[in-house]
Amino acid sequence: MAPPIAPHTIDLTINGTAHRLDVAPWTTLLDLLREDLKLTGTKKGCDHGQCGACTVLVDGKRVNSCLTLAVMKDGATVTTVEGLARNGQLHPVQEAFIARDAFQCGYCTPGQLCSAVGLMAEGHAHSAEEIRELMSGNLCRCGAYANIVAAVQDALAAQSTQREAAE
Amino acid sequence: MTTVTPFVGTPRSRVDGRAKVTGAARYAAEFDAPDLAHGWVVSSAVARGRIARIDTDAAMAMPGVLKIFTHENRPRTAWFDYKHRDQTAPPGHPFRPLYSDTILHSGQPIALVVAETLDIARDAASLVRVLYETEEHATDLAARRDTAYVPPKKRSGIKPPPKPRGDAPGAFTSAPVQVRQESRVPAEYHNPMEPHAATVVWKGKDGIVVHDKTQGAQNSQSYIASVFGLSPSKVQVVAPFVGGAFGSGLRPQYQVFLAVMAALELERSVRVSLTRDQMFTFGHRPETLQIVTLGAGRDGKLVSVQHDAVAETSRLEDYQEVVVNWSGLLYRCDNVALTYRLAQLDVSTPCDMRAPGATIGVFALEIAMDELAHATGIDPVELRLRNHTDRDQNEDKPFTSKELRACYAKGAERFGWSKRKPAPRSMREGSELVGYGFATGVWEAMMMKSSARATLTPDGRLTVATATADIGTGTYTILTQIAADALGVPMEKVTTLIGDSSLPTSPIEGGSWAAASSGAAVDAACRSVRDALIGLARGLEDSPLANIDPDRVTVRDGRVFLTADPDQGLAIDAVMAASGVDKIELEETVLPDPKTMLTHAAYTHSAVFAEVRVDEELGIVRVTRVVNAVAAGRILNPKTARSQILGGVVMGIGMALEEEALHDHKLGRVMNHNFAEYHIPVNADVPDIDVLFVEEHDDKVSPLGVKGLGEIGIVGTAAAIANAIFHATGKRVNDLPITVDKLLDEA
Ligand code: FES
Ligand code: FES
Repeated sequence: MAPPIAPHTIDLTINGTAHRLDVAPWTTLLDLLREDLKLTGTKKGCDHGQCGACTVLVDGKRVNSCLTLAVMKDGATVTTVEGLARNGQLHPVQEAFIARDAFQCGYCTPGQLCSAVGLMAEGHAHSAEEIRELMSGNLCRCGAYANIVAAVQDALAAQSTQREAAE
Repeated sequence: MTTVTPFVGTPRSRVDGRAKVTGAARYAAEFDAPDLAHGWVVSSAVARGRIARIDTDAAMAMPGVLKIFTHENRPRTAWFDYKHRDQTAPPGHPFRPLYSDTILHSGQPIALVVAETLDIARDAASLVRVLYETEEHATDLAARRDTAYVPPKKRSGIKPPPKPRGDAPGAFTSAPVQVRQESRVPAEYHNPMEPHAATVVWKGKDGIVVHDKTQGAQNSQSYIASVFGLSPSKVQVVAPFVGGAFGSGLRPQYQVFLAVMAALELERSVRVSLTRDQMFTFGHRPETLQIVTLGAGRDGKLVSVQHDAVAETSRLEDYQEVVVNWSGLLYRCDNVALTYRLAQLDVSTPCDMRAPGATIGVFALEIAMDELAHATGIDPVELRLRNHTDRDQNEDKPFTSKELRACYAKGAERFGWSKRKPAPRSMREGSELVGYGFATGVWEAMMMKSSARATLTPDGRLTVATATADIGTGTYTILTQIAADALGVPMEKVTTLIGDSSLPTSPIEGGSWAAASSGAAVDAACRSVRDALIGLARGLEDSPLANIDPDRVTVRDGRVFLTADPDQGLAIDAVMAASGVDKIELEETVLPDPKTMLTHAAYTHSAVFAEVRVDEELGIVRVTRVVNAVAAGRILNPKTARSQILGGVVMGIGMALEEEALHDHKLGRVMNHNFAEYHIPVNADVPDIDVLFVEEHDDKVSPLGVKGLGEIGIVGTAAAIANAIFHATGKRVNDLPITVDKLLDEA
């Protein structure tokens, strides 16, 4: 029997809270969130990087947490769906998803939301066509795509109005 | 009295929306329990044979492994087959996990490794060694077509094909126009985004609470109690959120059996989650081979309809669905012969998947109708109109309502159907061929016996409860709307409880009957509470409402008042306090009207219009527009209703162009058991989809006039797309999905 492998200690800031965590080298960020930290908002749809249900923001960028080993993200800042709202105030993307009925069962939704927030920060998506393309890593078996596109468009429009107002 | 219905019929955002966008909604694998153990399923690598040896020593030796269950040490379960049969089971022997050394299909669960953590269970499972003795297997339906048989025992709730009427073969022979279409729909897997999982919370003497992924908490509960010999009072199934199901959650699947078995044996809480790969190891839409022949006059009027289907089933059960009956129902024709047979393969038993049967059968019929339109030179929509029927000839009954013609007209107008040039390959834009396709959709409108409880408390809060489920369908929201209207309180004051076996009895959530059934039950319970409340108010001497005629009273916004003089009234809390009651709680049960069921046929209809663009050289197909016009009775919530249709259309796009479980018949297994290779539509595959609901008043189908929307969106969609591809390219592909290779194939 191989000797047990020592866990690694890493620091992660998750949804604004600093954590020092002992993790096994093979533990994915997804399993760390769901199994160890009980942050079950982030979903597991395939565990293979094929569905996007596990999308979270690491240092502001959207990643598939099932394909990310936790040990590789020592020092990173992670935002999950549980961290999108601030002080009980929903993020504009969350508001838009509700208003546009951009989900049905809700299982892909945390991944869609994090992906949409990441996409908005990337600044590449302007047209519906581009949103469709750049949101295609997030599967939705309920088929809420048309509404997801509309919700992201709403959120983008709100973002640019806000920017204009700030300028 | 004027009835105001401020909520029902208006677009409302989901009441569970906030829970779903904040990650607060908990699904089956997300409930925690002290000391939770984790199970990992080991799946059979072969399709048929027996387990000669299963070696678990190395796995057991891994620290943290608690127990490994196999057929050799499986705890006792109920002896008789009927004890393993759930509400939706087809005739035959239900599959029993870990029952014996016999292997009946590839991917069959053959061991459960239970460990302290998920990673230990997964790792240990990889150390389980299995020696198989294989037997020859069959997974190729075409090769087994000759063995097809008429199922000797019908599946409950599934109508066998009607007896032939007239002389269909004779009428075909003499018909001036003849069309014959052979087609194939492959096996498809539901693949809800949430993999099947069950978390069993061990409560000692108090029994178990099971968080299962299910469309029927009570179905799971009675299955568990019966299989494991438990008192139903010791088993509670709680599934407030279900991450999609589309039928896969109708039967209790093997994850719940395994998790309950382990929890009972270890006297500890256990969770079992399936992997995405394992989502390809149980129920699926059965592969079905069909032949439709139509005979018609030159005017397009049908004189003969014949439809034969051969569908796969397992060796254990005669799974059945309604595939061919639609061909005797949808259009007027006096000579009809319909046959439906099964062929056994070494596969898991198929399972209802969104619009089971209709999705397959209507596809075959509607591509044949398109060929008939082509053969007669009649516009496809006009052809349907010429064959329209206002009577269900299968059962010789009128319909409760049928606004299909309005669907044709409104859908065609919205789509711009009149711009279609009749000849195939006659429309193009740049390097792309453009095609317009059309198909009719139909699904049964059903209502089931259902109960609900309503509880009003002095703070004006109303709680309604029934065991049904919300699998993304919007059940929480529509029940909240119905309750709010029935009692005259704002939606914010209503709490809807569902997805719990301890709540009033409800059927499984399937067949598109939840809105009509649970909706009517909630409505009835709330109306009774309202009547009771008014009764209390009338009994209060010195009140403005004393002994007043109940018809002259309105309840709204937390007050009971005189309709004619709203100032004369009392707040709900005042009525209850003065009457000395701390709550009004009533339960009601509703049933479909037995007389209407005998005298009328009830169906939902749709007209699906699709535009495709096909790259002439590369054969790549894009669906660029879909218009789906639906007649489904009363629409409770246009917002969530539209989403239901969108979802059906998207799955129909997948059916037309992408979805197929590819078998390696040598190995007898599905090879593309993951999302990288089993393609479902992604965002970029889905165009603008225009959904319209035509006005359809129906006072017979169900108390609320509701027909249901869960399935109709998918029916007809694949045919409309296939017909559009034919129109674009002149090439008829009847073997789904329509992939590039089939379009480029010269033959
Ligand atoms: S769970 Fe990570 S991509 Fe599917
Ligand atoms: S909302 Fe169900 S999978 Fe997207």
